[in-house]
Amino acid sequence: MSAFRAILGKDLRVELRTLQSVPAMALFAVTTFVIFRYGLDRTTLGGSLAAGVLLATVLFAAILAINRLFVAERDEGGFDVIRLAPVDATALFAAKVVALVVYLLVLEAIAVPIFAIFFLESWAGLAPLAGVLVLADAGLAATGALVSSIAANSRARDLLVPLLLLPLLVPLVIAAANAAEPLLAADGPSYAGTGKWLAILALYDVVFLLVGYAVYDFLVED
Amino acid sequence: MAETAAVQQKSASPSQLAEPAAVALTGLWREFGDRVALRDVTVALSRGRTLAVLGPNGAGKTTLLRILATLLRPSRGEVSVLGASLPREAWRVRGRIGYLGHEPLLYRDLSCAENLRFQARLYGLQDEGAKRAQALLDGVGMSHRAGELVGNLSAGMAQRVAVCRALLHEPELLLLDEPRSHLDPEAAALVEPLLGPAPGRTRVVVTHDVEAGLAEGDLVLALRAGGAVAYAGGADGLSAGDARAVYGGRQ
Repeated sequence: MSAFRAILGKDLRVELRTLQSVPAMALFAVTTFVIFRYGLDRTTLGGSLAAGVLLATVLFAAILAINRLFVAERDEGGFDVIRLAPVDATALFAAKVVALVVYLLVLEAIAVPIFAIFFLESWAGLAPLAGVLVLADAGLAATGALVSSIAANSRARDLLVPLLLLPLLVPLVIAAANAAEPLLAADGPSYAGTGKWLAILALYDVVFLLVGYAVYDFLVED
Repeated sequence: MAETAAVQQKSASPSQLAEPAAVALTGLWREFGDRVALRDVTVALSRGRTLAVLGPNGAGKTTLLRILATLLRPSRGEVSVLGASLPREAWRVRGRIGYLGHEPLLYRDLSCAENLRFQARLYGLQDEGAKRAQALLDGVGMSHRAGELVGNLSAGMAQRVAVCRALLHEPELLLLDEPRSHLDPEAAALVEPLLGPAPGRTRVVVTHDVEAGLAEGDLVLALRAGGAVAYAGGADGLSAGDARAVYGGRQ
C-alpha cells in the first residue's frame, strides 16, 4: 500500500508540476466540441448522438494521457526503480489506473459543462451521467494502463496504443453509450435500461482490473 | 587466454573460502537474439569482497550487472545472489541490492529530496529514510541542492544523487557500473567513502580503469568484446598486461 501511495503521489505531483497531460486533454476535448458543433451544424444534440459525441471525445482525449502514462518509467528508469525495490509490480499498475482516473475526472469536470453549454437544452441528466462516466473512466483507465505498459518499450508505441486499445474498448463504449443515451434524451432524462448497461460497465471494469492484477508482474519483468 | 572463466581469490583464507558466496555464477550465458553478450561465465564472490569487472565496450559488463540486479534474466546457467537463485527467487534479493548503473534512475521532474523520499517509501523506510537521505546528501555535498529538480542538475550532480539513491536502503550488495563516471576529482573523493572498498562491503564494480580495477578488486573478471569470456583470474595472477589484453592492448 505504501508503494501504491508513493507512486500515485509521485505521478500526481509531476502532473501538477508539468501539466503535461490534463491541459492537453482538455484543450483537445474543447476543440473537438467546436468541430462537432460546426461540423454537424447543430446547436442541440440529444440521445445517442449526444452520448456518442461526448464519449468519443473523452475516449480520444484519454488516449493522449494513456500515451504519456509510462513516459517517465521508460525514459527515466522508473521500471528499473520498481523492479529493484521490494514491491509488488501491481502497485505500479494500480497507481497508474488511479492516476488516469483522476486525470479523466478533471477532464470531465472541465469538458462536460462545456459540452452541455454547446449542445444540451436540458442539464437534468448530467448528475446521473456522472455515474456512467465514473464507471467508464475506471474501465478506460484499467485497459489504458495495461495497453500503455505493453507498448511502453516499443518504438511504435504512439501507433500501438490506439491500435491495441480501441478494439478492447468497443464493449465499454457500447455499454457507456447505451447507459448515457436515455440520460441525454432531448426531451429530458429517463432511466429506462440504464441499470443493465451500468452493470455491464461494472463487469467490464472488474474483468480488466483483474486481468491487470493477474498479468502485470509478468509485463514489467524482462 | 583461457576461454572459460575460473576466478581465484586474492589472499583468501580457507575460512573465507568456506563462507557461502554472495554472488555465484556457474556457466552463465546471456543472448540477445543471435548475439551472445555473456558466454559461460563462472565466478564466486564471498561476502565482504570486491569483484572488479573489466572489458571494452560491448563486452557484456553492464549485462552482467543487470542480471545480478534481477533486471535481466540469464539465458542459461546458474545465478545465485545473496543466497537466492535468480531469476526464480528474485523477490528474495530485491531491496537488498544497491544498483548504480549508467542511468541515475531519478525522476527529472522531482527534486533530489523528493526522489529520495519516493525511494524511501518504496523500500518501506519512514522517518529513518528521511534522516538517512539527508545524511547521504550531506555526504556527497548535495544538501544545498536538495530542493532542486533533478532535470536541472549537471550529469555529475545527478550521479551524486544517484549514489544516495543506491545506498539509501543500506544494501548488502553494491552493483556499481562505472560509479565515478561524470564525477570530477572532488566529487569522486566525496563518494569514495560511500562506494569504495570497506570491511564487510560486498561489491561488483565495472570499470574501464585497469589499474584501479586491479587495485580494488579482490577478484578480477575480464571480459572480451564480442561476448566471449576472454580471461578471468585472481588479481594476484592477473597482470596489468593481461587485463589490458582484453582491450586489445590499448589501455
